[in-house]
Formats: sequence, C-alpha cells, structure tokens
Amino acid sequence: MLFIYPSLCPTVRPTMPQVPEISMALLPFINNYTHLQCKMRFLLLFSRQGKLRLQKWFTPIPEREKKKITRDMTTMVLARKPRSCNFLHWKDLKIVYKRYASLYFCCGLDAEENELLALEMLHRYVELLDKYFGNVCELDIIFNFEKAYFILDEFLLGGEVQETSKLVVARSVEASDMLQETMEEYMSKPAF
Amino acid sequence: MSPSVRLQEMIRVIRGARTQGEERGVIQRECAAIRAQFRQADNGTRSHNLAKLLYVHMLGYPAHFGQMECVRLIASPRYNEKRVGYLGAMMLLDEKQDASLLITNSIKNDLSHSSQYVQSLALCTLGCMGSAEMCRDLAPEIDRLLRASNSYIKKKAALCAVHIVRKVPELGELFTPASRSLLSEKNHGVLHGAVVLITELCERNPETLEQFRKAVPELVQIMKGLVMSGYSPEHNVAGISDPFLQVRILRLLRILGRNNETASDAVNDLLAQVATNTDSSKTAGSAVLYETVLTVMDIKSESGLRVLAVNILGRFLLNNDRNIRYISMTSLQKIVQTDHNAVQRHRGTIVDCLKDQDASVKRRALELSLALVSAVNIRSLMKELLLFLSSCPPELRAHTTSGIFNAAERYAPSQRWHIDTILHVLTTAGGDVRDETVPNLIQLITTATELHCYTVHKLYRALIADISVQSLVQVACWCIGEYGDLLLRGECEETEPVQVAEDDVLDALETVLQSHMSSPATRGFALTATMKLSTRITHNVDRIRSIVSIYGSCIDVELQQRAVEYNALFKKYDHMRAAVLERMPVIDKSSPGHTNGESAGGSIKEMEPTKRTQEVALPQEPANQVCDLLDLLGGSGEPPQPSPALSTTALGPVSSTAGGDLLDLLGGLDVTPVPPSVIVYEKNGVTLKLQTDRQTDTGMTITLTATNSTDREITSLTLQAAVPKSVQLQMKAPSGDVIPAHGLGQVTQTVLLNNPNKVSLKMRVRVCYTSQDFVCQDTVQIDSFPSPAW
Repeated sequence: MLFIYPSLCPTVRPTMPQVPEISMALLPFINNYTHLQCKMRFLLLFSRQGKLRLQKWFTPIPEREKKKITRDMTTMVLARKPRSCNFLHWKDLKIVYKRYASLYFCCGLDAEENELLALEMLHRYVELLDKYFGNVCELDIIFNFEKAYFILDEFLLGGEVQETSKLVVARSVEASDMLQETMEEYMSKPAF
Repeated sequence: MSPSVRLQEMIRVIRGARTQGEERGVIQRECAAIRAQFRQADNGTRSHNLAKLLYVHMLGYPAHFGQMECVRLIASPRYNEKRVGYLGAMMLLDEKQDASLLITNSIKNDLSHSSQYVQSLALCTLGCMGSAEMCRDLAPEIDRLLRASNSYIKKKAALCAVHIVRKVPELGELFTPASRSLLSEKNHGVLHGAVVLITELCERNPETLEQFRKAVPELVQIMKGLVMSGYSPEHNVAGISDPFLQVRILRLLRILGRNNETASDAVNDLLAQVATNTDSSKTAGSAVLYETVLTVMDIKSESGLRVLAVNILGRFLLNNDRNIRYISMTSLQKIVQTDHNAVQRHRGTIVDCLKDQDASVKRRALELSLALVSAVNIRSLMKELLLFLSSCPPELRAHTTSGIFNAAERYAPSQRWHIDTILHVLTTAGGDVRDETVPNLIQLITTATELHCYTVHKLYRALIADISVQSLVQVACWCIGEYGDLLLRGECEETEPVQVAEDDVLDALETVLQSHMSSPATRGFALTATMKLSTRITHNVDRIRSIVSIYGSCIDVELQQRAVEYNALFKKYDHMRAAVLERMPVIDKSSPGHTNGESAGGSIKEMEPTKRTQEVALPQEPANQVCDLLDLLGGSGEPPQPSPALSTTALGPVSSTAGGDLLDLLGGLDVTPVPPSVIVYEKNGVTLKLQTDRQTDTGMTITLTATNSTDREITSLTLQAAVPKSVQLQMKAPSGDVIPAHGLGQVTQTVLLNNPNKVSLKMRVRVCYTSQDFVCQDTVQIDSFPSPAW
C-alpha cells in the first residue's frame, strides 16, 4: 500500500513576507562599532513608495550596509498599519518613525534612548523645515535637498541636538544663506 | 540658463524618466558631464556639479569619483563652495576612505576662520565623520574653541568634543576642565552641549564621574529653573520649557546618582517636583516624565518616590496615546523583578492591553503579563492568556505558548488544571508549541494517576473532533493506547463519560494512521497505540492484527519496522505480548527539557538555544532503542543491556524497549539508566541495597549501598563478602565507614565478580557496624540477583 505523506504539517503562516521585528542575528557592523555608543545611529526620510529623500548617518558604515539598512527600514515602516505605535525594535536598536503627509521620518536609536524625546526631535525638524520652506511638502525636499541637509546640520551634530531654540536655528540658517548669496552676488554667479 | 536651474532641471529630468533604464541613461550622461567638468579648471560651476552628484548619490548610484572634488571644494576660499564641499564630505567620505585625511588640514584652518559660519561647517563635519587620527590632531583646537568663542561656536564645539571622546576615549581628560565651566553658561544650546559632553565623560571614566558628582547641586538648580520658570517662548514646547535640555539633565543626574547615596539624596526633592509639576498631556511632557521615572528607578531614591514613579507608569498605561502605553510597559518590564508588588497593582490594565490593536503593544503586554504571573493570580491570569492565545498574531504564538507552559508548570494549582490548560493550548495553537511539549505532557499525565480516566476521555473527544494538530494527536494516541481500557469501561468520575465501543476507538486510530495530515511521528504513535490496545480490548484483536500486518509493507521505514515487529509479537512472541504491552510506570521527571522552566518572562532569544539542544538530543535516543528492539527480536534470547529500564522485574528492560513511541517520548527526557537494585538487609535502621551491573558475559559489578535512617550516625561500617569457590571476587575500597543519620548520606562499596564457569551465583555478606554504642554484626545470604541469572 502506498502512502503519500504530506510535506508539512498544516501550520499557520504569516501571509505577508515581513522583515521580522525581532531578529536573532546581529549585523556584524553593530558589534564592530558599539564602542562608539552613538545615541542616534541614523536618520532617514523616505516617501510612501520607498524612495529615499534624505539620509544622515552618524556612524561610519560601509555603503552596502547603508543600502541594506535603508531597505530594511523602508520595508518595516511601510508595512505598519496606520494607527500603530511609532516605536519598533530592530536588531538591538529602537526605531522611531513618524509620517508627515507623504514622507516618513525614521531614526535609529540606541537601546537606552528616550523614544518620546526622539519623536519630539523629529517633530522639531519638521517644524524647522516648515518654517524655512513655508508649508513644506515633499517636493521642496526633493528639489532643495541640500537645504534640508543644511537645516539638519544646524539642528543636530554628531547625532545629538545642538540647539533647542527654533528661533536660533532659523536665524543661523538664514545668516548662512545670506552669506552664500552675498558671495554669489560678489562673484555674480548663483550657487547651484 | 542659470546654473541653479540646472540642478533642479536635472532633478526634474530624472524624475520624469519613465523606466529604470531611462533613469540610468540620464544619470550616466549627467555623471559623464560632471566628471568632465571636474577635470577642467575652476569655472565657477564646481559646487553645483557636486550638488548634482550628491543627488545622484542619494538615488543609489556610485559617486566615489566626487571624493577628490569634495576635498578641493573644502579648500576653496568661497563660502558657497565650502558649504557644498563639506556636505559632500559628510555624504561621500567616511573614515574608511583615504581621501578623508586630506581634509584634516582644511578643517584645521577653517576652525580658526574669521567667519563663524565657516567654523561651524568645519565643526559639523568633524563631529560627523572625523576619524580617530583627525580627532587626535584637532582636539586641542576644539578645546580652545570650548573655552573662548561665542555661544554659537561653543555649542558646536561641545558636541564635536563628544564625538572626539567617543572615537578616542583618552582625550576625555583634555575636555574635562572646560566642560565643567560650561555649566555656568546661560545659553541653552551651550548648556545642552555641555550636559551631553559631561554625560559622555562620566560614562567613560569613573574618576571623572566622581569629580562631576560635585556638580549635582548646580544641575539641580538649573533643572529647577527650567521646571518652575514661567513661559519662555523661545524654548517652550507644549508648555514644557526646553524638554530636550530637561531630559539630558535628568539623564546626567541618573548617572551621577547611581550607586551613590549622597547624590541620590540631593536629587530626591527635585525628582518629586518634576514628577508632580510636569504636564503630561502632550508628548514633550511625557518624555520628561518618562525620563524622570527612569531616573527614579535607577538611583537610590526613597520608597515614596519609587511608588510615585510606578504610579506615573500606571497612569501612562491608561493614556489614550499608544506610544505612551508602549513605553510604560517597556519600563514596567524593567522593574517588574525589583518592584513586583507595585507593578502587580496595575495588572488589570496590563492585561487589557493584550487586547490592543497594535502588535508592538500586544507584545509588550504579553511579556509583562507573563512576568506578573504568580501563585495568587494564576487562575485568572491564565484565563486571559488563553483568551489572548486564541486571537494573537502568528508571530507571537510560539512565545505565548511557551510562556503559558512555563507559568503553568511553576504555579499550577492542581494537576487537573495543569492538564486542562495544556490541552487547551494544544487545541488552540498546537502548531506553535515546542517539540518537548508532547513528552512533557505525557510525563505529566502519567504522574496524575487519578486523572487517567478523565484525561483519556478528554483526549478521545478532542481526537474525534480534529486530527490536524499533531502534538495533540500524538498525546491523544498515546493516552488511548495506554489507558484505552479506562476509556472503554465507560465510567468516569470527573467528566461525562463517553459510551464508546472498541470499534470506535480503533476507527479513530485508523483515521489518524491513514490521514494525509498526520506526520510520520504521529503515525508511529497511532500504530503503537493500536498495538497496545490488543491487550486492553477483548473482541477486536483480529482487527488490530490485520492493521498491523498491513503496515508491514508500508513505504515509511519506521512504520514498517514497527509493524513487522508487532507482527512478530503476535506470532512468535505471543506469550510475551501481555507483559510487553502492560501499563507503563510513572515516568521520572529528570529531563533537560525542563530547563524551559526559567523566568516566565524570558524572551524568545533565551528559548532558542535550549530548543536547539533538544533537537540535537532527540535523534540519538531512537537509534539506541531501535538497536535494543533488534536485540529483543534478534533471537539471541539475551536481554539488552540495562538502558532505559525503569522497573526491577526481569522484563523491565524489555517492556520499555518494545514500544518505539515510548522511547521517542523518552527521547525528550533524560532517563538515567538505573541498574536494578534490591534490598538485601534491613535492620536497626540500616539498609543495605545491592545493585548489579553486568559488564561482560562472565563478569559482573555489584554495588552495595548502605543508608541509615536513625537519628545518630553509624560508624565503623565494614562489609565482607563470600562467594562459591569457582567465582572470583574482588572488593574495592569502600567510600567510607560512617553513614550519616537521617538518610542524609550513604556508603558504597563495589565488588567485582568473575564467574567463568557460570555456576549458580550465591553470595554471603557480613555486615559489621557500631550503632548507638552497640556493635552489631550480621550475615546475609543472597541467592538471587536482580538481573537475569546466568
């Protein structure tokens, strides 16, 4: 008598292929750089389609790893349901993300960081962008990405908040821009 | 066309590309143009070319050829070019690239530039991607800027110093003096940077930590000022004055107050003040409260403050904002071990969070609930957990089931409850339980002797309802095979008995055997159960015989082997069948599988290693038992070596090897082979046990074990042995001559016997000892030894 054995016992499988929220294996780079103990490891902005609009890395990571992390972040965050919690676990990092219109702001933090403060920090950055561009939208950041970086560099330094006053940051960026324009006028050549 | 439009024009063109290939084409053209431009002399377009390259880089295309251009632009005297150059350096250069060293000199020059904005560029870049060598080179410059510059530069220098300390910890000493004086600054940006720097220094160097403990009063003052001050438009966020600074100061106070009474005392008042005065209706306030709670729990705070902190967390649990619920549970998880009772008060809310929609919140609630299980709340909490299991997301199921099993094992109020719980889990989520669940459950069932009837009825009902859950089916088959007579008897105290005929039972088992859903292991269970029933039923033995013979030609080798052997048991060894298939004794619970009785809140990470060792251990056992089975039927008539032998009867070893499924089951348990032993002398509270272990055809090792159940110890114990002439005897040294009282210890002595002529073995043992000041001497004759005689 021939018996045909099933290949598997029927088990429940998750329907969507997802990046697991808790991953057992640690990426080697995290172990190599733990001595750095940087509180914030990276800040990424990406669209609903997963296109990267801004990336700031606060630890030295090889290019390939950067791409992989970005892919993982995008997959994980875009898979989240609308009214979910804004905090995730990924390897040994805490991921804090928030959606503003069509852009996701996502940062990776050390395990001891205060997630609520990170949310405030993301919000502050959005406010700064908004003040600068006036009702900022994704297109502003696409076409003026270097300005978005300049603003970020006045707000964060080495992964830490450098200035807690919105006014001061705005003034600094203005003054830098002014300096640039003055130089351009002097050279009679626009910057970009 | 003005150059600035050209960058934006390029972006527009790239975005307009309809396919990936088209985009690649555009980018390749642009990159070629940029490369050409780079090679040319300075024509004022360098900065905008680099900007274009940076955009291309962000899209994911290679841009390494722009690295030297960054270096050149940084060295340019023009601000706009420097700006883009530094941006490029931060994006394209990291410490791994050789080109990064080339900018060290430019940075050094720019740090002393007349324009603070140029200085700021240099500081920012150094703080972002500075390598260890660059940091060493430029540290003195940074220190200078920390002391003497305006607040705009000071705040950046402070954070740059933080980066340097992270890269080159030894340089921390360089910055310590300057950072101390920064605490008296009024500017929030500088203050924030100073606090971050001091935190970093203290975390890395215990001596610096000691030094900065003196700064605690100053920090408390600053913090008080922030909390009690009126509305400050510049730093206000939702009613909180500069939450970023407040959180950083609290964190520094935490580090300074850890393990230090004086420092902790100094901040007690402050923490209470912050906890009560901070409005937590918005995220900013909650962030400060959260940090306060963490600080309170970490330093040596007074108990009232700790209770306050736990209550804050409890309030967070009721907050509408999911984020706040999530972090409150994370914090509660950290303190559940130390402040168990305080957290228990919030158990109700935590259990409610199990029903939350969000997967992260659910996960946290689950871990916390498992950590809160105690003997007191086990019944009610288990109800909730089982309810959760029926609706929990798939990725949490395995964790939930193991957590439930751990909790049940530790706190089960009764055996029946325990069995019921495990059965419930198997019916709800049997596919997600660990492999050891089956043997563990079987072991549990055998120990609950009064519940055999109840258990087999319940399992039978479950089996006829659904045979898809393998673990449940395996246990059910085993029970039916073992206790089938109780099932057929049709009477049960604990539950409504089923009126079931022998045919029905055999039908059920056959369904399992034939079903395509059954795994090979499950089939094995079912076949063995069917076989066992042959001694427990009366009318349908022929049916069993036919089933067994059919499977003798089964394509699965394991099943085929079993069927063939059972067939032999029917035909050639029918006289042994009853003894072979008799009821199993209670299984000993000494298994490695019980390492999963760790803290119920253990994460999946911890479970994994034990699971893997289980899987490794399992395959070895069946191999042994199969060999034993072959020995049995090999016709040598020689019983196998005492491997898992659990009873002292002559057929002890045989009965445990006959049922292959028993041994699969025992594969999960680590049954230490216990050689048969018999008590040969019992008098005056002294018991002498004899254990045999046959090594070879003619040689035997006898172990004499003496124990003492009296109140006082037995001294001067000596044992002498005599055997028939042709037998050779060798006595080894005893382990001692004093037997501790109350059975707390024993004395063993090994005797080696060699019986080359295979005469009938007898032994005389003389026992001498002193008990309560009386000298006793006795002689014992041993005619039969526990192992099969020669």
